[in-house]
Amino acid sequence: MSMKTAITLSVLLLLAACGETRQDVAGVGADKPAVAGTGVAVYTDPGWKAGDKASWSNHLKARAQYGQNDHARAPK
Amino acid sequence: MARMKFICDAERCIECNGCVTACKNEHEVPWGVNRRRVVTLNDGVPGEKSISVACMHCSDAPCMAVCPVNCFYKTDEGVVLHDKDICIGCGYCSYACPFGAPQFPSSGTFGLRGKMDKCTFCAGGPEAHGSQAEFDKYGRNRLAEGKLPACAEMCSTKALLAGDGDVVADILRGRVVQRGKGAEVWGWGTAYGNQAKGA
Repeated sequence: MSMKTAITLSVLLLLAACGETRQDVAGVGADKPAVAGTGVAVYTDPGWKAGDKASWSNHLKARAQYGQNDHARAPK
Repeated sequence: MARMKFICDAERCIECNGCVTACKNEHEVPWGVNRRRVVTLNDGVPGEKSISVACMHCSDAPCMAVCPVNCFYKTDEGVVLHDKDICIGCGYCSYACPFGAPQFPSSGTFGLRGKMDKCTFCAGGPEAHGSQAEFDKYGRNRLAEGKLPACAEMCSTKALLAGDGDVVADILRGRVVQRGKGAEVWGWGTAYGNQAKGA
């Protein structure tokens, strides 16, 4: 075996690790924002538009007030 | 949109466990896992106080800081979620969490500790919103349905409030004004100094 072949084999052996497949994690942070909606109309509360952040945000604020603030709901 | 927050009004909580039941039912949480629970202090003593506790979706979440595989992430609304495909079930988050929120289901014949499960603020997980995969792993995604967490919406006395932090703070502030008292509320002394007797 010539010196050239030996060097080539050594280099190939040393660089073998560089060919390792990527193992990056893709899951974290890949979540879509809640404002995108589920696309399942039957479970979705009407009154807001999917994708419209202001509409979704205002809808939740109104729902929180109506559903949880009994002082605002009770007659004065 | 501010940050999503829970507040439990200890003056109203009657320890009915409706929030716990609503959570378990909504997400079909497995046996032995309680994403939410009611804690009562001085149980049986006149003046006992109860609060409903779950993941508080901390702004600087200790679970996120200690996770060795970095499986946690935070949504734009400040909801702390995690990816069960990445979680290794080590339990570090459980040691770090001051509220005992992370839960570990027993699974299999030998009761192996499963992947961590916790309150998602009814915001599901990284799977496609509304999908069966998301429901199986994390439960229903009510936020993406334009709803608030089931625990708070089902609370019979409206002790447990959930939603935009500004809105729930306003609701609680309104109650304190109506009651005409505040400094003697349980926990006030702990939080703000010795202005009240007791806790």
